Amino acid sequence: MTATFWQRVDKAGRNLAPFAVTVMMVLVGMIPVPVPGYAPVAPNLTLVSVYYWTIHRPDLMRPGVAFLIGLLQDFLIGGPLGVNALLLVVAQWAVLNQRRVFLASTFALLWFGFTLVMAGAVVLQWLAFTALDAAALSILPALFQGLLTVAVFPAVGWLLIRVHRAFLNG
Amino acid sequence: MKSRSSGSVIRLAAPLRALAQRFSFLLLVLASIALMMVGKIESVSVDSARARVTDAFAPILDAISRPAATAARVVESVVELENAFDENQRLKAENARLLQWKQAALRLEAENSSLRSLLRVRPDPSLTYIAARVIATPGSSFVRTLVVTAGKRDGVRKGQAALAGAGLVGRVIEVGEWSSRILLLTDINARVPVVLANTRQRAILAGDNSDQAKLLYLPPESPIQVGEQVVTSGDGGLFPSGLPVGVVTAVSERGVRVLPSADLSRIEHLRLVDFGLPGTDLDPSPEWK
Repeated sequence: MTATFWQRVDKAGRNLAPFAVTVMMVLVGMIPVPVPGYAPVAPNLTLVSVYYWTIHRPDLMRPGVAFLIGLLQDFLIGGPLGVNALLLVVAQWAVLNQRRVFLASTFALLWFGFTLVMAGAVVLQWLAFTALDAAALSILPALFQGLLTVAVFPAVGWLLIRVHRAFLNG
Repeated sequence: MKSRSSGSVIRLAAPLRALAQRFSFLLLVLASIALMMVGKIESVSVDSARARVTDAFAPILDAISRPAATAARVVESVVELENAFDENQRLKAENARLLQWKQAALRLEAENSSLRSLLRVRPDPSLTYIAARVIATPGSSFVRTLVVTAGKRDGVRKGQAALAGAGLVGRVIEVGEWSSRILLLTDINARVPVVLANTRQRAILAGDNSDQAKLLYLPPESPIQVGEQVVTSGDGGLFPSGLPVGVVTAVSERGVRVLPSADLSRIEHLRLVDFGLPGTDLDPSPEWK
């Protein structure tokens, strides 16, 4: 009886890994790096994490989870509420719909898929901020952020694979 | 009766739940858009909720930002070691020049205080500073804020000016118990009343999410030169007057651009200026004898 109880606790803890890792990505993405011009183009690690877990464990990265993480990000970065929540929910939905394609494909195709998701995210983010600030904002910083995120995707992806194998094997 | 009602609730809840699951995507999208509206209308309660969330995560952000700061310092010190000789020469020359300035400043200070006592000028309220460490940047292309480790319990209030190194960097927009958020000068929502040091022309400095800010409400044909200093005017009573803000870098048809004096992309520590707001509690007994 106790064994099953502890097994259940253990399983619940392990199932929290995608959520916990993604929250960690939110926080790590906010570390101030004293490099000129870095903050506006800091890679969007949260999106990488949501993308990865939606493909590999959609049961643990549900729309509600993506929404909560986006909301947390909105609270922490000090921007308008709801923008990142919307972004992650839409990204999660888009990836989930094409999940079979991604699951069967090679890493290069996974990378290419992320590039598409990131491109969509850049445009969506730009549209949301333009509407909310009621001003013609430059899309360039967001574009560079997208490029940087695509560039770090393999490294972050490798890290997520390690976490995945460590906590959720079997 | 009780069991019947709870049974009907379950009977009603099950299809509702199925419906909610099917339409969860749509519901969450609508919820996000609703939140954007709420954020626009109910900004006060959103700000206080935001301050609580930031407070809750501040210790973690503080802890994980330390190694990054240390690594940056190590890299910087290696680079500095390389330039130590040149830097030493430069500093010696600068020190000699500054000593002359010090003499001038002391003379002016004495003169100033004697003239003030003659005129019975009421001096500006004295400023006190609160030092804080930067623990987070937004990591977003459309938001220019900083989170720092000082809050209500350290005496931080909403609206206080934030200074780093050479000048003003922004103001406090949200205060938690032990953390607060600074809106940088370059954020699209930032507005600071300023005055140009030479021409005494008043204007509003407005950010636009680029590295430089622009001046608004300048009269046409203002004789503004590139290189002119911009300082706070103190209008509106939020900031003390005379804090250095930046330097005019471009004057063109498209407007006047100002580069902030402080390097906004590499702020590690900053000072929040505790400035007695006019009409609140100015000390009425300064040293005019």
